[in-house]
Amino acid sequence: MENSKAHIIAQLQREILPLQGFKSPGSKAACVDLGVINDVFPDNRFPTGVIHEFISTDREGVSSSAGFIAGILGMLMKDGGVVLWISSAPLLFPPTLSYFGIHPSKVIVVNVPKEKDLLWATEEALKCEGLAAVLVEMRELDFTASRRLQLIVERSGVTGFILRQNPRKLGTTAAVTRWKITSLSSIVVEAGMPGVGFPCWKVELQKVRNGKPGCWELQWQGKKFEVIEQHEEIVVNDQKRKVG
Amino acid sequence: MGKRFVAIWLRYLQTDWLVRRHHHLKGVPLVVKAQDHGRMVIIAANALAREQGIDSGMVLADARAVVPNLASVDDEPGLIERLLTNLANWCIYFTPTVAIDPTGGLMMDVSGCAHLWGGEEAYLKEIRARFTQLGYDVQVAMADTIGTAWAFSRYGKGDTIIDKAAQATAIQYLPAASLRLENEVVEKLQKLGLYQVKDFIHMPRTALRRRFGTNILQRLDQTLGNIDEPIVAVNPPAEYAERLPCIDLISTATGIRIALEKLLNRLCNQLQKQQKGLREVIFKCYRTDYQVQEKRVETIRPGNNPSHLFKLFEEMISSIAPGPGIELFILEAVKVESVVVANTNMWAGSCTLQSQALSELIDRLATRVGSSSVKIYKPSEEYLPERSFKPAALQDDEPAENWRCNRPRPMLLLHQPEPVDVMAPVPDYPPMLFQYRKKRHKIVKADGPERIEQQWWLQRGEHRDYYYVEDEEGCRYWLFRSGHYALDKKHQWFLHGFFV
Repeated sequence: MENSKAHIIAQLQREILPLQGFKSPGSKAACVDLGVINDVFPDNRFPTGVIHEFISTDREGVSSSAGFIAGILGMLMKDGGVVLWISSAPLLFPPTLSYFGIHPSKVIVVNVPKEKDLLWATEEALKCEGLAAVLVEMRELDFTASRRLQLIVERSGVTGFILRQNPRKLGTTAAVTRWKITSLSSIVVEAGMPGVGFPCWKVELQKVRNGKPGCWELQWQGKKFEVIEQHEEIVVNDQKRKVG
Repeated sequence: MGKRFVAIWLRYLQTDWLVRRHHHLKGVPLVVKAQDHGRMVIIAANALAREQGIDSGMVLADARAVVPNLASVDDEPGLIERLLTNLANWCIYFTPTVAIDPTGGLMMDVSGCAHLWGGEEAYLKEIRARFTQLGYDVQVAMADTIGTAWAFSRYGKGDTIIDKAAQATAIQYLPAASLRLENEVVEKLQKLGLYQVKDFIHMPRTALRRRFGTNILQRLDQTLGNIDEPIVAVNPPAEYAERLPCIDLISTATGIRIALEKLLNRLCNQLQKQQKGLREVIFKCYRTDYQVQEKRVETIRPGNNPSHLFKLFEEMISSIAPGPGIELFILEAVKVESVVVANTNMWAGSCTLQSQALSELIDRLATRVGSSSVKIYKPSEEYLPERSFKPAALQDDEPAENWRCNRPRPMLLLHQPEPVDVMAPVPDYPPMLFQYRKKRHKIVKADGPERIEQQWWLQRGEHRDYYYVEDEEGCRYWLFRSGHYALDKKHQWFLHGFFV
């Protein structure tokens, strides 16, 4: 009896998800594997065909968020496809993308100087079925605009990443997730050795529809994300906080 | 169908134009004067002056003696060509093929045009009315050959239409000069008493050639239509073009929109049948005040989908100024390429750069934000990081493969390196501290230096020593020092990029 009840609930849950914008991917869809983070998403997989929002406070934050997104894009573009990178002042250094498994020539960079055209360009790009993803550097995004974008991707199935640098107002948006990526000190293989290690991030999933928000420390190791087991710097930071 | 030509002679072109510009010259005897061997000579006179016996070639002083109130204006070199070119461009209302006749007239190829105005008589009437409205005195003639039309526009009485059958007989009673012969030949003919064309048209050809040269035979043949005469149009009609003359003047956005849709459908239909596609297309609106509004659209791949092209034009419709009204719309294909119809997937897969949906998206973005704003990049064989990539053509089918990624490179690269204050141990250790935008960063980890030399064959300057550094908060930067360390001079540090 208990079992069947749980079964029914699970089934209902599965039926509700598509109504909320989580479409189940077809067999063709590339799989994004984020390791442990997968478990917090509904259906236990990274949602594609939705809007993801990334918040950053400065250029360093934009850079780390772009790196984290590039890692995801690399997985999305495994079977080919093209990505649009829309920005009002693109600083992207294309050769670096190959570090994340993206072919730099498959990224179309669109420079849209006017704020008004930025939203228009984003909508047009998200409508184009078959694009692997669209990444937009946009400062302000109100609820209406985000709702429009979310409705467009629910129809077209394109994944949208909105990278917001230093937004004036951090209101509610219709985006399915809200992330904040900050860089962490890298780990050198052996203590005392010179050099800089693999890029590390503190990944905060502040909001996720039908999922559990959380916080992880990740490292980009060659071709995939790895969770950092223990990080000595964090302990130091905690102590600092207590003192301060 | 035989060809038909219209010749227009603007008898008083220069003086009519002057009267049109300066209204106070209206109703006075007017001449145009020019310096010739130290004398002022008249080179053009209007109808009023001619009535009183003044003609071109007279000395101005003599003419002043005859007509004391004679108004004279200095000649402007190149004016006739300029006026004729403008008029020829405006005559596109009547026919697409208009040529300039440097002797002061226009020649139009009107084959298949006259019926649009309800017959040849109505057509000539319309031409005359339009020119009269502008203030030009014209004489118009229509015939099967350029020669005959020209002859009757100069030497006919009033406006003339010469039928095909009547052509050979009609020119018989015209003077010899109507065959566009050189002056010497005309004089020679007159000396021999051959005043009219009928006097020598039936003479043996060999005799004519021997006495007057081959030119007279060629002109005769051209006038009679035995050989073709080329016409050099002012703006040669595009190979693929559609025109839409409007009976009522169009001055609303809706009207322009309908016209554009119609023209696009027609043009694309024509192109689809021949498996061609547009790369560049111009939409021209001819207004009643003789101004032309042009809008141009480019696509990255040849396309013949009218709804897509309409979307590209749609944004521009509001910027077309209709003025007093638009009477003619022309859609011209500037660049046409053949379309290779590729096999399309039965189910939509992921896009490639070649797919139609993506190229249409790029066209829309490029039209709105400028075609230089949409780019893909390819590697460039240069050492400096800001030059190591360059925009590639979006049409390229083969993506570049040889990206260098064996050295650490930042995610974001500043277009212009920003100077920073740095504390670093000498001679080439990585920095310990740096200050960027009033914030102090203490460096914990560092990698480097990586020396990148200037490209001496392009520009002069110091080499750069790059360091990949990480501060205590974990943010990673790309710094470089410009030039060698030296005790006696200051060396500047720069921030060039942000790592992930």
